[in-house]
Amino acid sequence: MSDLALAAFAAETGAHVVEEPRERRFERFRRRFDAERYLARLASQGYRFLGRSDPGFPPLLRELHDTPPGLFLRGSANVELLAEPAVAIVGARSCSSYGGQVARVLGRDLSAAGLVVVSGMARGVDGEAHRGALEAGGATVAVLGCGVDRDYPAVHRHLARGICESGLVVSEYAPGVEPAPWRFPARNRIIAGLAAATVIVEARERSGALITADFALEAGREVFAVPGEITSSLSAGTNALLRLGATPLTRVGDVLEALGVEPAQAMSLELGDHAVAVLAALGEEPAGADQLGRVTGLDAAAVATALTELELAGAVAETEGLYRGVRPPD
Amino acid sequence: MLARTVTHALVGLDARRVDVEAHLQGGVPAFAIVGLADRACQEAKERVRSGIASAALDWPSRRITVNLAPAELRKEGSGFDLPIALAVLAASRQVPPERLVGHAAVGELGLDGGLRPVGGVLAAAEGARDGGLTKLLCAAECAAEAALAGIEPVPVRHLAEAVAYLRGERDPPPVEISSNGDGAEAACPDLGDVRGQERARRALELAAAGRHNLLLAGPPGTGKTMLARRLPGILPRLPPDEALEVTRIHSVAGLLPPGRPLVTVPPFRAPHHTASVAAIVGGGPNPRPGEASLAHRGVLFLDELAEFPRNALEALRQPLEDGAISIARVGGKLVFPARFQLVATMNLCPCGARGDPAAECSCSAARLAAYRDKLSRALLDRFDLLVTVPRPRARELEAAPAEGSEAVRTRVEAARARSCDNRLRRSGKANELLSRAVERLPLSARGRARVARVARTAALLAGATEIGTEHVAEALSFRSPTELGPR
Repeated sequence: MSDLALAAFAAETGAHVVEEPRERRFERFRRRFDAERYLARLASQGYRFLGRSDPGFPPLLRELHDTPPGLFLRGSANVELLAEPAVAIVGARSCSSYGGQVARVLGRDLSAAGLVVVSGMARGVDGEAHRGALEAGGATVAVLGCGVDRDYPAVHRHLARGICESGLVVSEYAPGVEPAPWRFPARNRIIAGLAAATVIVEARERSGALITADFALEAGREVFAVPGEITSSLSAGTNALLRLGATPLTRVGDVLEALGVEPAQAMSLELGDHAVAVLAALGEEPAGADQLGRVTGLDAAAVATALTELELAGAVAETEGLYRGVRPPD
Repeated sequence: MLARTVTHALVGLDARRVDVEAHLQGGVPAFAIVGLADRACQEAKERVRSGIASAALDWPSRRITVNLAPAELRKEGSGFDLPIALAVLAASRQVPPERLVGHAAVGELGLDGGLRPVGGVLAAAEGARDGGLTKLLCAAECAAEAALAGIEPVPVRHLAEAVAYLRGERDPPPVEISSNGDGAEAACPDLGDVRGQERARRALELAAAGRHNLLLAGPPGTGKTMLARRLPGILPRLPPDEALEVTRIHSVAGLLPPGRPLVTVPPFRAPHHTASVAAIVGGGPNPRPGEASLAHRGVLFLDELAEFPRNALEALRQPLEDGAISIARVGGKLVFPARFQLVATMNLCPCGARGDPAAECSCSAARLAAYRDKLSRALLDRFDLLVTVPRPRARELEAAPAEGSEAVRTRVEAARARSCDNRLRRSGKANELLSRAVERLPLSARGRARVARVARTAALLAGATEIGTEHVAEALSFRSPTELGPR
């Protein structure tokens, strides 16, 4: 139970603690700390604690040199989920629509292939990766940089609920700990630590996602970067990673091969004639509905119907009025 | 000597009978108006005095007291000039008082004695009719409007004409009752002016047919405003009862165009985003209808929705739900009708570059979130149709001119006619699709109901016998775009 005492001590002092401190203060704290009561209260709030000395503690995370004392868990999934093969997908908060879509498709397809998608539930790439995994009906793990009870950022409250239904929201910080800038890099080491491979989708030059990549490299894990436009500042970080030797990710299969996972069966699409025509008209460039109507000769109602059909089949995604084909070449 | 005329004061949209009593008595010559008259009403003194002089009538050199009864009712505006003048003239027996029986009067006097039109004549005429009066003395410009209430207007151009009429010397020229001549409708911009934009046009057609609220999002310069302004042109003309309702509101606001009193084209109101809450929902010490009520049975258009103050937008939630705005004051509560269709445009981000492939958005995540947070979910939930309008390519702008408003309106009218006598059901497959969509897409329960409504409209427009999968699928494509949707 010393793991729990350590975690509770960290929460009370607001410090980052991974080793037992040789302080009188900690000794005093441990003496008056009532683990039973703490656990009971935690359970009554719907949270669990997984100490690092627990045999169920994810082995990959234990390999880190600064393994957290334990993880607080929220959500319905079993603890075993954390030990399953996982891929981290991280990237810029203010991502482009392309980055958001790549994150979503990766999340969806990696999840469909049976991998656990790990990310940080931040805005942008992180959130999209979680959403993609949920879309595929998979379990996903969100690692927070604040108390496990917080939905941070608040706009992702709905997403957090979705994650909790089938997956886990985890944090090394006890309920009630406020988010602080220095906690997020620490959180990134857990994201990298839980995953066998880390994918950076979009990152600026000094992005937090690059910190995650550094942790992953340090732990000897595979790092993938999604190539971006060389003119876009949002790709500066990922392209720099590629120059340093990260594996370029051009298709989902790259990750699956590296981890030795079989790709999921391609979804069989039974599309109507209009949908087939619209899909064919959708070339490399994203296109608006009007343009698709002009190419296919269909009226606006028929195009709208076809696009919904394609969207439900997962073959097309829309952002800001432009549609693009999302089945990456496999 | 005492004489009395009848006029009406406006309380909201209703007219209350006001008796104008003039009393002449001996003493130092003076002129006083009592009975809670506001400033414009107090100034009537000077206008009435000059008007009577200009009409070559005598200003009684007595102590004159004019009482506006009931005295506790606040009176506003200049419409009391004519009844005050007539009361004074009747009290001094320059007009036979018995001839005033059965008449109401309303109108502002010029210093030359000429009669000017005022707002709210329709409401006043209705008040007079309901009060058992048969004739209304009013400015010639307002006569057609007064005739709408089914009362006999006595159009007068000058105070002298009114006096001549009351003395039985001369009848005023009759007004032609056919209020709106053919082709005299207000010109709406035509949908034929819009090149390309098939999807947005389709959304407009659906909005018109199903009275759906519509949100057009997209980068600046993509024609969102141009499209929205063309909605009234494809809406069916107002049926007589609704036309009268709208006319009453516009009359009170003084917005009726001269010569075309009956509003038959659904109104289109586009308040600027700097408008105050009171300007939008109505208000003031003596409450007057705001833009939301002026858009009753028509379109309320909010350009740059996110720029409106949040409290103004939240204030619109009540009328969107109930079709009416109630304004509570210490003195009582007023209800203004406000059953409008809401059409709004917005950019996808504060800098406006989002959604435009040729520009890079420079908004920070926090700024973007703040922009979108201005629109509460509750408000966004009121939009049945959301269209993201991407920037059209040059080729699209070269497309041939498309259908004009007339053709679209014919289809909309047909769909509305079908909506009355048709009990449409969703087919089994359509239900299946809807359930699948709820699972697969971010779609709330409210969103589901919205999609079902729009699907029904699509089926009505197509003249289908049931709501099929194609209608549900089309409706789904107009759901809230993910970037505005629930997170």
